[in-house]
Amino acid sequence: MGAPPAARALDGLRVIEVTSERCALAGKLLADMGADVIVVEPPGGSPMRAYEPFAGDQPDPEGALWWWHYNTSKRSVVLDLDETEGADDFKRLVSTADAVIEAEPLGRLDSLGLDWNQLGASGDAARAALARNERLIWVSITHNGRDRPDPPATDLTVLAEGGPMWSCGYDDHSIPPVRGGGNQGLHMGSQYAVIALMAALMRREHAGRGQLIDVSMLAAANATCEFATYFWLNQQIEVQRQTGRHALPQISEPTQVQCADGRWLNTGVPPRRGPEFAALAEWVAELGLFEECPYTELLALGESYEQIDILHLDADPLSAEVFGAGRDTINFLAERLGAYELFVGLQTIGLACGIVYAPEEMSADEHFVARGFPVEIDHDGTPVTYPGAPYQFSATPWRATRAPRLGEHQDLLAD
Amino acid sequence: MIDPDHCPPNWPNPDEPGALAGIRICDFTGQLAGAGATKILAALGAEVIRIEDPANEGRWDILRGTQPFIGEHRGIEAGGSFNNHNAAKLGITLNLRDDRAKELLAELIAVSDAVTENFAAGVLERLGFGYEAQRALKPDIVYVSNCGFGADGPYAGFRSWGPIAQAVSGLTFQSGLPDLPPAGWGYSFMDHTGAYYMAMAILMALYHRRRTGEGQWVDLACIEAAGTLHGAASLDFTVNGRPARRDGMPDSNRSRSPAMVPHGVWACRGEDEWVTIAVRDDDDWQRFAAAVDRPWATDERWHRLAGRLAEEDRLERLIGEWTAQRGKAEAAELLVAAGVPAAPVLRPSERIDGDPRTSDWGMWVTAPHSSFGDTRVEGLPMRLSENDWAIGRAAPCLGEDNHYVLGEVLGHSADELAELAAAGVI
Repeated sequence: MGAPPAARALDGLRVIEVTSERCALAGKLLADMGADVIVVEPPGGSPMRAYEPFAGDQPDPEGALWWWHYNTSKRSVVLDLDETEGADDFKRLVSTADAVIEAEPLGRLDSLGLDWNQLGASGDAARAALARNERLIWVSITHNGRDRPDPPATDLTVLAEGGPMWSCGYDDHSIPPVRGGGNQGLHMGSQYAVIALMAALMRREHAGRGQLIDVSMLAAANATCEFATYFWLNQQIEVQRQTGRHALPQISEPTQVQCADGRWLNTGVPPRRGPEFAALAEWVAELGLFEECPYTELLALGESYEQIDILHLDADPLSAEVFGAGRDTINFLAERLGAYELFVGLQTIGLACGIVYAPEEMSADEHFVARGFPVEIDHDGTPVTYPGAPYQFSATPWRATRAPRLGEHQDLLAD
Repeated sequence: MIDPDHCPPNWPNPDEPGALAGIRICDFTGQLAGAGATKILAALGAEVIRIEDPANEGRWDILRGTQPFIGEHRGIEAGGSFNNHNAAKLGITLNLRDDRAKELLAELIAVSDAVTENFAAGVLERLGFGYEAQRALKPDIVYVSNCGFGADGPYAGFRSWGPIAQAVSGLTFQSGLPDLPPAGWGYSFMDHTGAYYMAMAILMALYHRRRTGEGQWVDLACIEAAGTLHGAASLDFTVNGRPARRDGMPDSNRSRSPAMVPHGVWACRGEDEWVTIAVRDDDDWQRFAAAVDRPWATDERWHRLAGRLAEEDRLERLIGEWTAQRGKAEAAELLVAAGVPAAPVLRPSERIDGDPRTSDWGMWVTAPHSSFGDTRVEGLPMRLSENDWAIGRAAPCLGEDNHYVLGEVLGHSADELAELAAAGVI
């Protein structure tokens, strides 16, 4: 006998999502926390059902891994919004909902009479036919917000003109800037949409009314560029991209080293404080490499520092040499150790660094397995391993079920 | 619960409360991964009270006094990143080595809705203010901790910041070109994104509390949040056995999920000038071919995706010859007008001071700083029709709001506060 399932943070919250790659993550984030997210698909299914790769590499709208990933815990209905019956069903669904999330090309829903302008608290046209839904919150995600045109765009173009790509790539600027992987240009708008929706829900608890939330994907990318933005806003200086490390106004030292097994390690900031030099020297000795390591005398000098001032190394050649020895020692070790051994070894002596894992290696790492990060989700009798919770709630845990089949929950329209 | 229309003293217009008016946050966050989360909540109207250590002048947050600096200013109030991440917040000082400061903290927790921090795992516990201690002070408190590896597990003692979270989670690996080292993200992408997940976690937990009266602890491991951001690549391994670490990968300027050809970044006229183009499907290809108006673009073999995939290298070379003769904006505009996704890779100067889509939106806010006058910070990429965000003030100077928080909110007299300040407690 198992314990009764825990309460969910978003229990009882109903969200209607009009399927789109631009808002699928927003719906997933809510659904995995317990909201009843009903994803509305067009006849033939969401375009995401045609995206590669497929389970078993067999093209199949029920086997698209993109669909599986972004639509966990949701229910699916098929509605043809261009036809009267589908539009009426959509209105009825919306009248039962706390929120709508949509990222349709700007103007499409309005032209169908199915937008916030018609269905929201401040709308008018179609409301006579509906129970008033003063409490409705409408989340609109578009490229530039609702006051400007909504151009054709993809993850790549959002990251390009939104700013992130300028900072990503290689020291050699004849190599193009690089798009960071994983569809982050699509994610950013969804993440801000969920924050805004939660804030509007909090307000509704007090004020009793819903509102319109207008999210700009371009602005969301602009808000996710760190130093590139702050150097410009504060000092009108442009950063330049550098291999595997921060884009900065000046060229900095490399922070990635390739280890003996071919994998890479992000070395973080090398030792600066006396005890860090001591711990590094001790570990070199434990590994039986003390005689072989050419930097041990400088490491011993490093032990006398409270903290090396790395911002002013130019003015202090000895400190620069000592600081360099810490870095050189890590590179020396990288030539002799695999990336995992170096990662765990350095972290164990208090030096922050990170192995450059492929996604599948992170999920298999003992730490994340011990914390329950990879989860099995049942696919009609077959367990499939997914990345799990982005956050661990003690009272209302994250929990996911498989993405719905096309129109799997069509019955709920009969209610 | 404080008055649900309560606006913090630095809120620009008390007649128009933010969506989170009435929420008070006892905030230990710093840098971007933590401070970025509570900055969003502050801009949405929450009363975020940031606590700093007077003994080391708040230098635990290294961004307080590091570049980029606000104009010509220098010192612990002049860090431009700090100013950005802490705009709209209140700031107080508490020297928690002293029992009198601990008493003040206990009083503050008792009148707060949430406690937030991004220390290394266990730090707040060792200060005597772990979750159980918080609950004793405020039974329904929401506590959200954010650190790289999370609060428990074999690596709970490991240290992390953005680039390390990106490396361990797989994000760095997934950003690069074939036969080159990882390019990764050229900034602390996961500090931004970890902050987004932290903001969501705080709000979801507060919403649950509002409806049930139940508080809780959220253990946010930034690396786990990052591990959810690989899209279908994670399942391609667990379902199909196809690892991301394989020959020819990553190739992140091309697109295989979904398959799009052409899809990439091409050099344009000028130095370090680039345009991105994404042909989503065969219809896009027809529009693209008409727009570039080159004989090769009419090749029938390329009408279908399979044909373009088979000759992707050659196709990319030909497109490069076309883009090399054009400015990046010109090339992108021509393709977008034809209905094909395309965009220039914009420099910071171009997207901040040269793009009305961001400036008209209000992304670049002029916020008054108590020491330096007008400063520039980021706004939020969302608008709320009834309770929009606002940033009425830049980041607080060290201890700037001691009088409001410790005096007006907690009820201590000016004499008492003067004494505590003289003793180095605040």
